[in-house]
Amino acid sequence: MNSAQGIQTLAWLLVVVPAASGGLLLLLGKRSDRWGHLLGALVPVALFVYVVALFFSVRSETGEARERNLHLFSWVPVGGFKVDVGFLVDPLSLTFCLLITGVGSLIHIYAVGYMNHDPGRRRFFAYFNIFIAAMLLLVLANGYLVLYVGWEGVGLASYLLISYYYTRPSAATAAKKAFIANRVGDVGLSVAIMLMFAYLGSTDFAGVLPNVGKLSAGATTAIALMLLLGACGKSGQFPLQTWLPDAMEGPTPVSALIHAATMVTAGVYLIARSAPIFNATQAGRTVVVIIGAITLLYGCVCAFGQDDLKKVLAYSTVSQIGYMFLAVGLGNGVYAIGILHLVGHGFFKAALFLSAGSVMHAMNDRIDMRRFGGLARVMPVTYLVFVCGYLAIIGFPFATGYFTKDKIIEAAFDKGGTSGWLLGIVALLGAGLTAFYMTRALVMTFHGKRRWEDDVHPHEAPASMTIPMSILAVLSLVGGGLLVLSGNLQHWLTPSVGEPIEAGAHTINPNVLLALTLVVIGFGVLGAYVTFGRNRDTIPITQPAGSPITVAARRNLYADAFNESVLMRPGQWLVRALVFFDNRGIDGAVNSTAAAFGGGSARLRRMQTGFVRSYALSMLAGAAAILAVLLAVRFN
Amino acid sequence: MSALSVVTAGHGLLAAGTDVGTIPVPSISYAAIAPILIVLGAACVGVLFEAFVPRGQRFVAQVVLTIAALVAALLDVIAIRGHSVVTASRALSIDPATLYLQGTILVMAILSVLLLAERSVDSGSSIVAQAAVVVGSPADRRLATSERVQTEVFPLALFAVGGMLVFPAANNLLLMFVALEVLSLPLYLMAGLSRRRRLLSQEAAIKYFLLGAFASAFFLYGLALLYGYANSVNLADILTAQNTSTQSDVLLYLGFGLLIVGLLFKAGIAPFHSWTPDVYQGSPTPVTAFMAACTKIAAFGAILRVLYVGFSISAWNWRPIIWVVAIASIVVGSVFGLTQTDVKRILAYSSIAHAGFILIGVISLDKAGLAAILFYLAAYGFTTIAAFGLVTLVRDSNGESTHLSQWSGLARRSPLFAATFTFLLLALAGIPLTSGFIGKFVVFKAAYHLAGPLVVIALIGSAVAAFFYLRIVVMMFFAEPPEDGPSVTIPSAVTTVAITVGTVGTLVLGVFPQPLLDLANNAAKLRG
Repeated sequence: MNSAQGIQTLAWLLVVVPAASGGLLLLLGKRSDRWGHLLGALVPVALFVYVVALFFSVRSETGEARERNLHLFSWVPVGGFKVDVGFLVDPLSLTFCLLITGVGSLIHIYAVGYMNHDPGRRRFFAYFNIFIAAMLLLVLANGYLVLYVGWEGVGLASYLLISYYYTRPSAATAAKKAFIANRVGDVGLSVAIMLMFAYLGSTDFAGVLPNVGKLSAGATTAIALMLLLGACGKSGQFPLQTWLPDAMEGPTPVSALIHAATMVTAGVYLIARSAPIFNATQAGRTVVVIIGAITLLYGCVCAFGQDDLKKVLAYSTVSQIGYMFLAVGLGNGVYAIGILHLVGHGFFKAALFLSAGSVMHAMNDRIDMRRFGGLARVMPVTYLVFVCGYLAIIGFPFATGYFTKDKIIEAAFDKGGTSGWLLGIVALLGAGLTAFYMTRALVMTFHGKRRWEDDVHPHEAPASMTIPMSILAVLSLVGGGLLVLSGNLQHWLTPSVGEPIEAGAHTINPNVLLALTLVVIGFGVLGAYVTFGRNRDTIPITQPAGSPITVAARRNLYADAFNESVLMRPGQWLVRALVFFDNRGIDGAVNSTAAAFGGGSARLRRMQTGFVRSYALSMLAGAAAILAVLLAVRFN
Repeated sequence: MSALSVVTAGHGLLAAGTDVGTIPVPSISYAAIAPILIVLGAACVGVLFEAFVPRGQRFVAQVVLTIAALVAALLDVIAIRGHSVVTASRALSIDPATLYLQGTILVMAILSVLLLAERSVDSGSSIVAQAAVVVGSPADRRLATSERVQTEVFPLALFAVGGMLVFPAANNLLLMFVALEVLSLPLYLMAGLSRRRRLLSQEAAIKYFLLGAFASAFFLYGLALLYGYANSVNLADILTAQNTSTQSDVLLYLGFGLLIVGLLFKAGIAPFHSWTPDVYQGSPTPVTAFMAACTKIAAFGAILRVLYVGFSISAWNWRPIIWVVAIASIVVGSVFGLTQTDVKRILAYSSIAHAGFILIGVISLDKAGLAAILFYLAAYGFTTIAAFGLVTLVRDSNGESTHLSQWSGLARRSPLFAATFTFLLLALAGIPLTSGFIGKFVVFKAAYHLAGPLVVIALIGSAVAAFFYLRIVVMMFFAEPPEDGPSVTIPSAVTTVAITVGTVGTLVLGVFPQPLLDLANNAAKLRG
């Protein structure tokens, strides 16, 4: 692998600059209140300019030469153990850098307007910049250990931003929930890293990925499954998905950047980056596609039961990431399609969230769709942005989803065999359901009679919000087409994730499949129109009883109830029992280690009397003991 | 007649004196010992300042002189890096390890002097205005809040630093003893100079002095026995004598045992640690920082020289001793620390545990172990100075509030303070991305192949110690602040600089340790 040269050697700035600016804003405190948000918004823009330059410097190379290793320093160079800190600038990491800094810049600018009246705006931008630093570290790392640092960093930033309104109990609880679910995943990732180190003696990509062949099948599968557990935690995939909808308690720009466009896709990145490991284990890949398929349906079903606009979008994120998992789980040759959908999703989901944020902004921070309605007239720009995102996500012809999601459906059918049919049908069904719940959200928010509460006077957002929204709206319409038709993102990614494989024989003729997909989507839209569109003027402002399926969807298919009754309550009982046992242990005798040390310490503490004579005596005893040992050695 | 005979006898003595004069004048490499001369010279100038500079300007003059001398000495050490000479008739060995240790001591001394120079946190300074006033008398109460300061502490600190610079360089046990006394005597005095809680401070000084004298006696007795064995006090000669001497080697073992007791005392290693908590608690906190960082580095420098240069071939004889005292230190430090309620005492027990960790590096007696200890000493120095610097800031009307209960809820009053202190505690506990982790890692790594069980005990000790570090964190962040609790004083630039350098050093050495690891690795050369 070539080492970095020219401006590539400055890639460390991508992490250092936002980290420094975030740290500065936190350290300066109130003194930087007046200009803090401007610095915070300027940083990702500057980084984006640099990343574009970096992109062209790498693009001028061909093939393997597009992978550039930037060695920064050795962290602990002791004997045979050596952990190097370095960056890997290659097509995959560059794609992510462009997405993170590009979409990140737009959302930062949007947030300047969105957070305008918030007294803690500076703190918000400090956390936001720290997130950018951690996320870029995650994708630029050239080894799993450094990646892990970024992985934990984005987790921390996500925690801080979900609990940004920390005085609200719901936000504090949501942050804890996200933290705990992520912790489960992070343990998986750290176990995977330990396994790599134990079996291969290295945690660098260069030391691990080419040597996967040396591993036993069992070890490969174990590493793959542990990586997958990490990916599920971060990306809100089944069974660790429940934190992501609750994470919408954070400010909307956070939902757009962290919990839709970038951080939650880190799991997809991890799997794509670890392609050689997953290529080597059929079992690992099977688990990935199963999880992807379950999650994509789960997200769709839950989304149509929600009345909270941001939660609809959150479940839609869960479901769309399920598509990406499905794609990367299909293995060799399909990774690039997963990344393609990831980038496209970054555009349209960010547009949808920013549009939802604009609605919230106008409606005094209320987010219940039952109290919206008829906003299209009042907020035309916001409405248009939402429509662009809507067209992109349902896969309307020639919008982004049309190019990216349909390819996943096609790849799922092309897997062949019963499993191929099954996955294909699930993916197709998901497309229909997506159309259904998105149409419902569109109708309930923007059309029909005004169901506003008395004290709201909606108005269009300021330019600092509408301009970034509009750019993202355009990208969600044409971005997918640009990536697929002109730029060939798939070929660009080849050095990182392997050659795309064009299936020779399709299970279903692509054109037939395309028509079929459009028909399914059409049914979804039609179904939603029949259910909600025709009755748009009579949507009740309180939740009606609903069918059992609706109730189940509202309660996210009882996933929270399951977690609470099966994991949380027994966990609390266990803790109570342990505390009880521990207390008894201390009261009774020396039953627990803590008691032994604590009690021993209290008893031993009496030796420290404060009398200099007893100190001297203890020294004398010590000296006598030393001499005794020496003489014992001598005469032995 | 008798008078005449006296004269003759006197003459005879004189004649004998002339005969002795045939010993050639030792050649001295002044370039190599220039840092020592600068510091000691500046100390003498400081004494003259006390006599001649008007009272009003004395404080500034002394601070400027002290800092300038330390910086000059540090620059000189950097300038002569890579030197390796044994000079002054083989009494002083200025080798790479010595220069590294001297540089480290000087850096830590500069930071400690910055803490000493703080005047805005307490009225006047943390040093008593007039040490000779009876505690509790009306004059004493007036002095407590007066702006007067006693500036003798700066020349005293310089003398102590001078002794510390000689201590790890001494290749001759007599010189090592002199250095030990030169560094100790000023410290005994400085320990008793606290402005607040003077009785505690004076008690600490007396204890330190008595026990220090006791330990010096051990050292001296050991030295005498070794002279009896080897017929020389030079470490290189003692090493040779272990192959050639016809004396009973019981002399060697007893001499070594007593000698090492004196050194272990200075490094605060159990079972010779009993002075540490009392003295750390009673001394003015900047002086505690000075002792915890600089004395520890100098004492370990001397231990390394004695073991590596003087007793390397009898290693299998003394290794069990190191095992025992290292384990004792770790156990005492981490177990006793559990029930402490005073922050300064907790840090004292932490220093005992750390001394045990450092000692583990000696076991292997190879280059890796030496380099690991050199790194650990620098890393620990930065962390401990910053930690004690922060302790000086938590105050109420009675001065520093060091009781743990007073620290509860401090994070609400000053999040920055609590976050910084938490970071330093994590470094002391050895959490990754702090210098504490790298330090422990390199030391354990160096010793693991020879002393696996010892490393395991050390790891358990670290885990136990982590409990009491985290207890402070829990107190600061999750407990309700008391009604009339202390507040965090905003210090002037000098303390801020010292704390910042210490904290940044802790962070940088944790994330980016390679340059210092390389430096320590290149410096891991001792010459007898």
